Amino acid sequence: MPEAYLSIVVAMGLVTYIPRWLPLFFLTKYSLAGWFKAWLALIPGAILSALLLPSLVTVGEPRHLDFMRPELWVAIPTFAFAWTTKSLGGTVVVGMGLYWMADKLI
Amino acid sequence: MSQVKSPFARNLKQGVRAAWPICLGYIPIGLAFGVLAQKAGMSWISIAVMSVIVFAGSAQFIAVSMLASGAAAMAIIVTTFFVNLRHVLMSSALSVWLQNEHRGKLSAFAFTVTDESFAVNYTRFLNGNWDLQRSQVVNYTAYFTWIFSTVTGGFCGHYIPAHSFGIDYALIAMFICLLSFQLTNRLVILTAVVAGLVSVILSVYIAGNSHVILASVFAATVGVGLGRLRYFKNKTDIEEKEL
Repeated sequence: MPEAYLSIVVAMGLVTYIPRWLPLFFLTKYSLAGWFKAWLALIPGAILSALLLPSLVTVGEPRHLDFMRPELWVAIPTFAFAWTTKSLGGTVVVGMGLYWMADKLI
Repeated sequence: MSQVKSPFARNLKQGVRAAWPICLGYIPIGLAFGVLAQKAGMSWISIAVMSVIVFAGSAQFIAVSMLASGAAAMAIIVTTFFVNLRHVLMSSALSVWLQNEHRGKLSAFAFTVTDESFAVNYTRFLNGNWDLQRSQVVNYTAYFTWIFSTVTGGFCGHYIPAHSFGIDYALIAMFICLLSFQLTNRLVILTAVVAGLVSVILSVYIAGNSHVILASVFAATVGVGLGRLRYFKNKTDIEEKEL
């Protein structure tokens, strides 16, 4: 393993770690303003949705919209299953099963 | 058997149980990464070193393809920074639940914050009865699964048939479920809808993954603004719990 590779990886590790570390190290020691806590409480729903939706309706490089992807259509019954059962493990298994079947059928 | 378990043994068990959907998703992605890296000429030690030090799925894929195409070191490092910057939002949201914890433990925890472990731990915190130690178990279970599967992929990934049993959908299904757990009041639903739509639109126009941060920050800001309206008042339980 060349030394240049190791120094690139260490630098990658550092720039990845700092954004993960700063808030946990500092924000946990100060009482946060009410509006900021309210903002942070909305971040998880926002970020999950912002991560998920493009993976359902966009494809390719550069990305373009595609509403016919099995990812999207399988998501609907998967969401319904999650909503009604509240089971994370069950949803993962059902989602995989439906996607597998969709892949076989199409 | 009515043997009393130590708190650590209990936390270990609960943490691993919470982490299994993440592991299920990481295994095929880790194998795929290992195969790609091996094809790009990386040894298993190089793969292990990157997974141990960086631990970030999409950034590792990008870095390997940049290394293979002979990109400059600085370009790879800057790209990695921007690809992983979204974690600043996740660590911030988690910090609300980890007030006044030991800074050494928090620093160890921060090292393994990913999209997936964040989503699982945040949901558990919201439901109550969750703490730093169990979160650590979730994070490090995912971490070791990632290291193991990327190295395995480097050795023998090409013998394992890709796309079997719909396993490519494991993480998407996990995110669908964890998102559904978040949708507990009108304000969160509206924020999630805005974030999703804005993210899709931005993702078509901007390469990379900055659309995730931009859409989340925008939607949460709109949400806080709209939260002042009476329509959204007294309907919330998340904010009440956290404030």
